[in-house]
Amino acid sequence: MKILILGAGQVGSTLAESLVSEQNDITVVDLEAARLRDLQERFDLRTVVGSAAHPDTLIDAGIEDTDMLIAVTQSDETNLVACRIAAKRYNVPTRIARIRASGFLKCPELLEDDGFNVDYAISPENILAEYIGRLIEFPEALQVLRFAGGRVTMVAVRAVTGGPLVGHPLKDLKRHIPNVDARIAAIFRGDQAIIPDGDTVVEHGDEVFCVADTDNIREVMRELRKMDKPVKRVMIAGGGNIGLRLARSLESGYQVKVLENNKQRSAFLANQLQTALVLQGDATDEDLLEAENIAEMDLFLSLTNDDENNIMSALLAKRMGARRVVALINRRAYADLVQGGQIDIALSPAQATIGKLLQHIRRGDVAAVHSLRRGAAEALELIAHGDEGNCKVIGRKIEDIELPPGTTIAAIVRERGSAQLGKVDQIPSSQRAAEVIVAHHDTVILPNDHVIMFVANKRVVPKLEKLFQVGVNFI
Amino acid sequence: MKRYFPLFNTFGLITLLFGLSLLFPFALSHYLEDGAQLAYDEALLITVGAGGILWFVTRRHDGELAIREGFLLVAMTWTLLPAFATIPFLLYMPDLSFTDAYFEATSGLTASGSTVLEGLDNLPPSINLWRTQLCWLGGMGIVVLAVAVLPLLGVGGAQLFRAETPTPMKDNRLTPRINETAKGLWAVYFGATIACTLAYKLAGMSWLDALMHAFSTISLGGFSPYEASIAHFDSILIEIICMLFTLFAALNFATHFLAWHRRSVTTYWRDPEAAWVIGVTLLSAFAIALFLYFHRFYESFGEALRYASFNVVSVATTGGFVTADYNQWPIFAPLWMLFLATFVSSSGSTGGGIKMIRALVLQKQALREFTRILHPRAEVPLKLGGAVVENKLIFAVLAFMLVYGSTMIIITLLLTATGLDLTSAFSAAVACLNNMGPGLHQVGPTNSYAVLNDFQTAVCAAAMLLGRLELFTLLVVFTPMFWRK
Repeated sequence: MKILILGAGQVGSTLAESLVSEQNDITVVDLEAARLRDLQERFDLRTVVGSAAHPDTLIDAGIEDTDMLIAVTQSDETNLVACRIAAKRYNVPTRIARIRASGFLKCPELLEDDGFNVDYAISPENILAEYIGRLIEFPEALQVLRFAGGRVTMVAVRAVTGGPLVGHPLKDLKRHIPNVDARIAAIFRGDQAIIPDGDTVVEHGDEVFCVADTDNIREVMRELRKMDKPVKRVMIAGGGNIGLRLARSLESGYQVKVLENNKQRSAFLANQLQTALVLQGDATDEDLLEAENIAEMDLFLSLTNDDENNIMSALLAKRMGARRVVALINRRAYADLVQGGQIDIALSPAQATIGKLLQHIRRGDVAAVHSLRRGAAEALELIAHGDEGNCKVIGRKIEDIELPPGTTIAAIVRERGSAQLGKVDQIPSSQRAAEVIVAHHDTVILPNDHVIMFVANKRVVPKLEKLFQVGVNFI
Repeated sequence: MKRYFPLFNTFGLITLLFGLSLLFPFALSHYLEDGAQLAYDEALLITVGAGGILWFVTRRHDGELAIREGFLLVAMTWTLLPAFATIPFLLYMPDLSFTDAYFEATSGLTASGSTVLEGLDNLPPSINLWRTQLCWLGGMGIVVLAVAVLPLLGVGGAQLFRAETPTPMKDNRLTPRINETAKGLWAVYFGATIACTLAYKLAGMSWLDALMHAFSTISLGGFSPYEASIAHFDSILIEIICMLFTLFAALNFATHFLAWHRRSVTTYWRDPEAAWVIGVTLLSAFAIALFLYFHRFYESFGEALRYASFNVVSVATTGGFVTADYNQWPIFAPLWMLFLATFVSSSGSTGGGIKMIRALVLQKQALREFTRILHPRAEVPLKLGGAVVENKLIFAVLAFMLVYGSTMIIITLLLTATGLDLTSAFSAAVACLNNMGPGLHQVGPTNSYAVLNDFQTAVCAAAMLLGRLELFTLLVVFTPMFWRK
């Protein structure tokens, strides 16, 4: 696919990196030549220097035969204009824009075909704030991913001695919690992915990916580690866009303190927030942390733009007694370095965002994509279309499907009534009750099932896509 | 001297219009032949003549008013118009001293409702109409009226408006042009008066009584043509109507205007004051009803609720109607009511006092200091209705409180120094400075301010003017800086 990325910031670069490795033709446009040079040195892609909203720059970047435009520059206005130009002048089929200002998202008609022609609007700050919000809901989890509109949850949990399942084979899970249907989709021991079967023994320190109905996920997590007290007090270091969004969404339910070093910005934050307490000061200032009771904090998040600062303040907070610390880290090398050590969770903004973009880039009917393990693994929600005749998965038991290596089918979400073929679409979606089926070896996939899968190695994703495609040649 | 000509021109025009408003009681007087015809003939002639001549002589100088002249105009209007307003009183009652007549007129124009006249029931209807009409005219400011009615005053209108409604949030423009704003406010005011008149009429008053009481209710004045005030009618329905319209008038008229303009009631919810005004008043009414009931002051709780709610609403909003001699209540109740009167009315309403908005700013500022002690590095802005109040404004409010407090003390001291007892002096100071009306003890709801001597009456009249113009607007004219070239 020919993809044009506008903006070589954090999101743009990570996206380019991720897409290049999937056999796409990538062109990146940015105003700063230095950034582009850096990208070009590292990856096999084309770069064009210039304003992303000018038609001549876009022509230089080959917009005339582009399949997809992804506008992720710093400026909402540039992104909107680029989408409009791409649609009206060059008929680019798919246009995705990053929109920061919530005002645009509140008026969807502005983004429709009569407006700025944006097919999908994404807001990295919102996605990240939501992502962190879910981590607060499940304080023990390393990652919380939602599928099928929130009905199914996949969590990554670090197994800790003391959890009933730790030191036992997986088949004991059924015995421990007989009325909960859950599935362990994958286990990472060190950097090694283990595709589990019933005899796999969970060890202390394993990163375990479990899938279950959202209502049951807590019970499953309880098997792997002692549960923590729910989060009440949150301290956020860094009041940038992400910090602000997060503080705003948390302040009604939690005690929130926001640390911001810039005097002007902290005044701005205090104006924007209602109950959260804004403190002006440096997050690496020991005295300030001490004075603000860092030891009583259930969660400390360092969300500044500076990786080093985030790591240092998170380490400091942890040493001074914060229960759980999360650091926002852009550089992959740092993230690998700190995760699992003193810092409980290393968050990568680009990784959190990229799933939403990948969802639109993947072939086939993809309902959700979540990038895991810094992009090495993926969790997907694919929709099976067609019938037994033209689709390789429908009508088969899971054990009979030839899945690519390292792939597990974890769960299926089935809309009631879909057993009668073709009837589903006639029922309005709001009335369709969906049922969550945790996958077993003899589960049969039916048409229109949402299949939730774990892929330990991203390289096999194209094979998976092919498997789910409706092909005429299989009749 | 020449730079004051535009000022005199505008003042002449205002006096002329004010004089023309005498036509209403004049017509009533001649229609009923109630004995005050002669007084109105002369009053009309003097006021219209004086205003007309001043306006005519300076007609070539109808230029722009600067801020200073705006303040001066407001000060002049509010101090001199009561003098013109005394003419019918003085002519009809030759025994009345000028001080007393001035007090009565000021009390009307500042919508206070304290009276020095006795035997109200026996006064000619046209005199009582003039008293309540003064309340109504004063209620939202004669100057605003002039701006709304006469676009020829449009120049310099913004300055006038600023001087006239000196509340912290006054820069919150409703419409781009000040003329439109003033017209909108008056339309609401006018509409409410008509609705109130009709409601009173339907509840059993005569047309004239209904109109006079509506004038007093909407302006939160409190003048009644009867000694017994609203209690004269002894009707629960009338009391309820009066309470509803009193509460209406205690809210910001700009909010009413927006609600009417946008056809939506959510504006009340977004007004930072409205919920507090209603909440504090109703809770206090209920609490005092309970208090009175448990002190066995009233036999039944229903009776206690009836009198407590009406008088609390009326006093707290600085309305000034009464249905019970709350002077007889255990002292906590009237003291609490006086305290409410100092702050309950909303800014932009016809009520007096420091206004709810300043009370909210003070309370939030206090909380803010607590937070700052606990978190020295915290950035705590003071927010009202979601918007940040600047430090400059907070200082202004604090300065206002300082001046307000000292004014109250000075007035109390002046009144006690000249022989009034403490309860009467203090309650008179509170009642006048907050444009409330009756006080306690000697100046209580069943008595009148007639017991005061001339000096005390003058002090109280000054207090009412200071209160109505929110201290600074009037006091600034007396600073040396104001007159420095």
